[in-house]
Amino acid sequence: MKPVYVDNNATTKVAPEIVEAMLPFYTEMYGNPSSMHTFGGQVASHIEKARKQVASLLGALPEEIIFTSCGTESDGAAIRSALHTQPTKNHIITTMVEHPAIKTLCETLSKHGFRITTVPVDNRGRLDMDFLTKNLTDDTAIVSVMWANNETGTIFPVEEIAELCSQKGILFHTDAVQAVGKIDMDLSKTKIDMLSLSGHKLHAPKGIGALYVRKGTKFTPFMIGGHQEKGKRAGTENVASIVALGRACDFARESMEKENTYVKMLRDKLETTLTTIIPKAVANGDLDNRLPNTSSISFEFIEGEAILLMMNELGICASSGSACTSGSLEPSHVLRAMGVPYTAAHGTIRFSLSIYNTEEEIDFIIEKLPPIIKRLRSISPYWDKSWDF
Amino acid sequence: MWDYTEKVKEHFLNPRNVGTIEDADGVGEVGSIACGDALKLTFKLDENKKIKDARFQTFGCASAIASSSALTEMIKGLTLDEAEKITNEDIADYLGGLPKEKIHCSVMGMEALEKAISSYRGTPEKIVEGIEVCHCFGVTDIEIEKAVKEHNLKTLDEVTGYLKAGGGCGNCHDEIQSIIDKFIDGPKKSAVKLSGMTTLQKIRLIEETLEKEIKPALLKDGGDIELVDVDGTTVFVRLQGSCATCSRSKITLKNHVEAKLREKVVHNLVVEEVVDEARIC
Ligand code: FES
Repeated sequence: MKPVYVDNNATTKVAPEIVEAMLPFYTEMYGNPSSMHTFGGQVASHIEKARKQVASLLGALPEEIIFTSCGTESDGAAIRSALHTQPTKNHIITTMVEHPAIKTLCETLSKHGFRITTVPVDNRGRLDMDFLTKNLTDDTAIVSVMWANNETGTIFPVEEIAELCSQKGILFHTDAVQAVGKIDMDLSKTKIDMLSLSGHKLHAPKGIGALYVRKGTKFTPFMIGGHQEKGKRAGTENVASIVALGRACDFARESMEKENTYVKMLRDKLETTLTTIIPKAVANGDLDNRLPNTSSISFEFIEGEAILLMMNELGICASSGSACTSGSLEPSHVLRAMGVPYTAAHGTIRFSLSIYNTEEEIDFIIEKLPPIIKRLRSISPYWDKSWDF
Repeated sequence: MWDYTEKVKEHFLNPRNVGTIEDADGVGEVGSIACGDALKLTFKLDENKKIKDARFQTFGCASAIASSSALTEMIKGLTLDEAEKITNEDIADYLGGLPKEKIHCSVMGMEALEKAISSYRGTPEKIVEGIEVCHCFGVTDIEIEKAVKEHNLKTLDEVTGYLKAGGGCGNCHDEIQSIIDKFIDGPKKSAVKLSGMTTLQKIRLIEETLEKEIKPALLKDGGDIELVDVDGTTVFVRLQGSCATCSRSKITLKNHVEAKLREKVVHNLVVEEVVDEARIC
């Protein structure tokens, strides 16, 4: 059974052309880019090409790009560097809906005495900008706000926040892991100081990421050792993956329009149809201002893991808004921050599409999901049959 | 990914005995929608006082549905005295085992059964004793102690898997951990008072606490701690490494080291940091 894969915010299929681009670096071109001999040295030029490709997607300069191992590393390096280079500042501002890469890091830092302010969101997942503005202080070392939320796709006004921060001399970082490739960005025209991205959300493989650090920003490395990446990130370069990330950035630019037309059309069809034919099903997030590929739908009075497992039986791969599988029964912190009621939060499914999805796949989900919801509701003690369809 | 047995999957995909019995002899309801799972169990007896029919409705994940389905199959044909003996382990066994994070699903089955039986007998429901430790799931210290003792639970994760306690906001983790610790180390250690010890015993206990309870956490964050001296109830330590956080080391000390030593050694203990002149961060 070929899976119907609608879990692209978790990870994406590696594009065949990207695999192709990587292969030589696993076979004949295995040299170390730091070596003196031509055999190794020539590999370095491929890294520099990839750096240009990444920079060009972001509207950045090549020297502003540091290759890392993943989005989480980029996030950690950014925040730790901001604290390290400003030892007198003790305050971090972030949001209540960040990815664990930022959320858990900030929780850990708070145990080490840093003051953390988390900006709340409204019921559509929109940031409370007044709250954020009021909390910018002389002691604030960095503000970190994700560009787009991984669960609902809601887009945050990061350029505006970066502007605010820059007026006050505060560093601004954004976790743009979900946004890159879907939102057209030109960092040279913004005041964003640091930005994290991840390869495997862009049809490159897992294990590669990048951190953008604006030219002139003080930076201390997270990985210490050799002089790779101009001393900003030690460790022998993951050459094949770096090449893949470069290629993926070109690929993302080529497919950005398709993401925002074709993929968006599929997403809208899926969401509108499901929420119309299934009673008590609601889409979450800022519906007018979100990623084109993401749809978070709450099916009230049933539990998400059960829905996922039934979909799994049919080869449909999505994800749930609850952390049930991790042993915690608390629904996702994002939905809770938005005040989604428990009756709905537990039964939330996230669909995240990509350019590889077809209309037949969407029709398949539209056909198969309603009976699953109906069936689970017939088992639920909270479901009233008169609500049925 | 789901680590479910075929039997769990089978009961989930084809649950037996779904529904409610209108004129039921026994009704048991546990859980809530906020908790993430809930079960309503009803049964009907025949003329020989054996369970003739049992039905369930469940809100919850796959293993909650499978556990409920299994339970209804297991109790059919039993007398109430027989049914009463069914434990959550029996339910899990019937299903060929449950992942440890999902044990609470079988516990929920057992509890619903207990409630349904006492509703038939008219016996008052067991009153839960103790002080509520986990507010997210309403679990008390006595319940946690009982589970830890009877099922030999050793970690916080096991307690959460079993009782759900600690599976929500996490505010109760420290308290749950200290209940577990009580059983693992035995109550002896915490009963010792610093005042009653020789200086040597004092130092040994402090050293041991630093080694076992404090260092591992610091090492994880790239730091380290060394005991320099002990004077009465004042403990002098030197912090090492962890440059990223060293300018905040005082707060780290206050929050963690002192609290831990107070808990393990003596309540009025004070921690002072010895700073070497030439330390550069
Ligand atoms: S109080 Fe126990 S998890 Fe929230």
